Amino acid sequence: MEPKTLFDKIWDSHVVKSIERGPDVLYIDQHFIHEVTSPQAFEGLRQRGITVFRPGKTLATADHNIPTKDQHLKIRDELSRKQVEQLEENCRAAGIEYFGINHPRNGIVHVVGPELGYTLPGMTIVCGDSHTSTHGAFGTIAFGIGTSEVEMVLASQCIIQPKPKKMRITVNGQLQRGVTSKDLILYLISRLSTGGATGHFVEYCGSAIESLSMEGRMTICNMSIEMGARGGLIAPDYTTFEYINRIPSVANRPDFKLMLLRWRNLKSDEGAHFDRDVVFDAEEISPMITFGTNPGMGMSIDGTIPGQDQNQEGTSSYLKALDYMGFSPGTKILGHPVDYVFLGSCTNGRIEDLRAFALFVEGRKKAPGVTAIIVPGSKKVEKQAINEGIDRILRESGFELRQPGCSSCLAMNDDKIPAGKYAVSTSNRNFEGRQGPGSRTLLASPLTAAAAAITGRITDPRELLKD
Amino acid sequence: MAKDKFTTLESTCVPIPLENIDTDQIIPARFLSATTREGFGDNLFRDWRFDKSGNKNNDFVLNNPGFSGQVLVAGKNFGCGSSREHAVWAITGYGFRAVVSSFFADIFRNNSLNNGLLPVVVSEEFLRNLLSQINSNPLTKVMINLEKQTFTITDTGETVTFEIDPYKKECLMKGLDDIDYLLSIRDMITAYEFRNTLRR
Repeated sequence: MEPKTLFDKIWDSHVVKSIERGPDVLYIDQHFIHEVTSPQAFEGLRQRGITVFRPGKTLATADHNIPTKDQHLKIRDELSRKQVEQLEENCRAAGIEYFGINHPRNGIVHVVGPELGYTLPGMTIVCGDSHTSTHGAFGTIAFGIGTSEVEMVLASQCIIQPKPKKMRITVNGQLQRGVTSKDLILYLISRLSTGGATGHFVEYCGSAIESLSMEGRMTICNMSIEMGARGGLIAPDYTTFEYINRIPSVANRPDFKLMLLRWRNLKSDEGAHFDRDVVFDAEEISPMITFGTNPGMGMSIDGTIPGQDQNQEGTSSYLKALDYMGFSPGTKILGHPVDYVFLGSCTNGRIEDLRAFALFVEGRKKAPGVTAIIVPGSKKVEKQAINEGIDRILRESGFELRQPGCSSCLAMNDDKIPAGKYAVSTSNRNFEGRQGPGSRTLLASPLTAAAAAITGRITDPRELLKD
Repeated sequence: MAKDKFTTLESTCVPIPLENIDTDQIIPARFLSATTREGFGDNLFRDWRFDKSGNKNNDFVLNNPGFSGQVLVAGKNFGCGSSREHAVWAITGYGFRAVVSSFFADIFRNNSLNNGLLPVVVSEEFLRNLLSQINSNPLTKVMINLEKQTFTITDTGETVTFEIDPYKKECLMKGLDDIDYLLSIRDMITAYEFRNTLRR
């Protein structure tokens, strides 16, 4: 038998039908929806006079536009409130499980799915959200889709999709102290560029990837889309099985041992063909920061902003980006003043991220000029943070733990960065206006965000690491 | 449900010679709270079209009366970032029927095809040439023939072919809809589910 990649194994076993000279009809095991990209899909079903085909395979959560303060009150913004109410009503009518605002299982869709055991190895997973690639950390084919495709899944539990090419990214060696999985993925995107993996589905492997926790792996897979990849996955291993073993709803299933046995086969065969193969060395990676308006415009935190002849963008796009950010080629951003710090999002809103931030700021004080927005990824993360005393540490250092949601990552709610202000953000996108009209985003790890929050300037976190 | 058909299109073009234009620029997140598909065209490229006070930014091409048409021409990696289909609804809502670039982000391309907006991929060299012709003569017309998969600059006759998935091509030309197709094979889907239960 011809050796197959992990991606091929999962994809091929989910093809219901291959359309001649066309795309595949792919079966979807788990569908996630949220308030922003689903209403028009439900409306489409109503216009067709059909109902949801497999309501048990869709899970809904409200996350994108909800406030992160006073969640017990009615959402003040009328359009946002209506959108959330619409989701609740659509789910009620269709019999779809719904974790609304304040529900003990509410949270960002890509945090909730994995932590509650909805995301399991070997699955196909889609959601009307580009960061669905997060779930690939469990060895799944998970990717973001548009609303027309959400409607396809609601109508038939399938999606019509061309099969992407395959790319392998191997990262050998081990990450240095103070360098996190966020730095690793920002490094990969800076090397491959923001569109560098377009048309491909990535498998991450190598010792640096294998050493990562599930949270770290989710951060990597989450940002696959930021290099244009259709998605990214990591073969499940002992770390994966350990993580799932701690989720009672899965570990208590009578067929759990069988599932484990099956998951052990989820890896690429020796000699399997990848359309592209790239290798990197983890030891070369420093804490990273972005200086432009796409996630590919990143550099080592102590680096110098490249000149336009050294960059991968077109000249006019590059100069427009630097102008927007208020930066010039040939300068450093180390020491640059910071106005806002955002810790959270589906990229870095998990318990490990809160722990890393809290450990870093413990015994220190937030810089007076910095406004910090610290948002747990889910109710479960929030509860765990409180149980571990993270909220107390944050309070004593001058920070406040908010309530869960996507928050300032896309600023659909009130958590907006004002025009012209600089924000060190642990989220995934530094696009123009992403965190509010005119906002200037510098993407970085939770450690770099913590260092900036304490000093009020762009700071190499390695200088402030505790023993 | 039947959709609008796409066969041929002859039009002038609107050029945006920037690369990596993300869907946050095409339609900023604060306009995503609507629950219908209508009205997004009003906010297409909102923060490039208007300044903070809501005044028109005269430097931006959509505010330049010299440029108009149903074909948008932009730099590589158009539509990257967020999966929001609202970006396509904004582009079609504004009146565009085709977008030309040297490559598109995957999700955006799928969303376009699902809404009758034709993504036309041309070489970087041809794209540069096209942008420069449009810039020197905003009345430059182009002709798109979907059946032949050709893109022609009418004045000069320069013609290139473009790739499109044959299934999606047929859907666009006949105004067919993926969901009608999926509904027609629900039995096959149920059979797949049954086989899968046995296997697992």
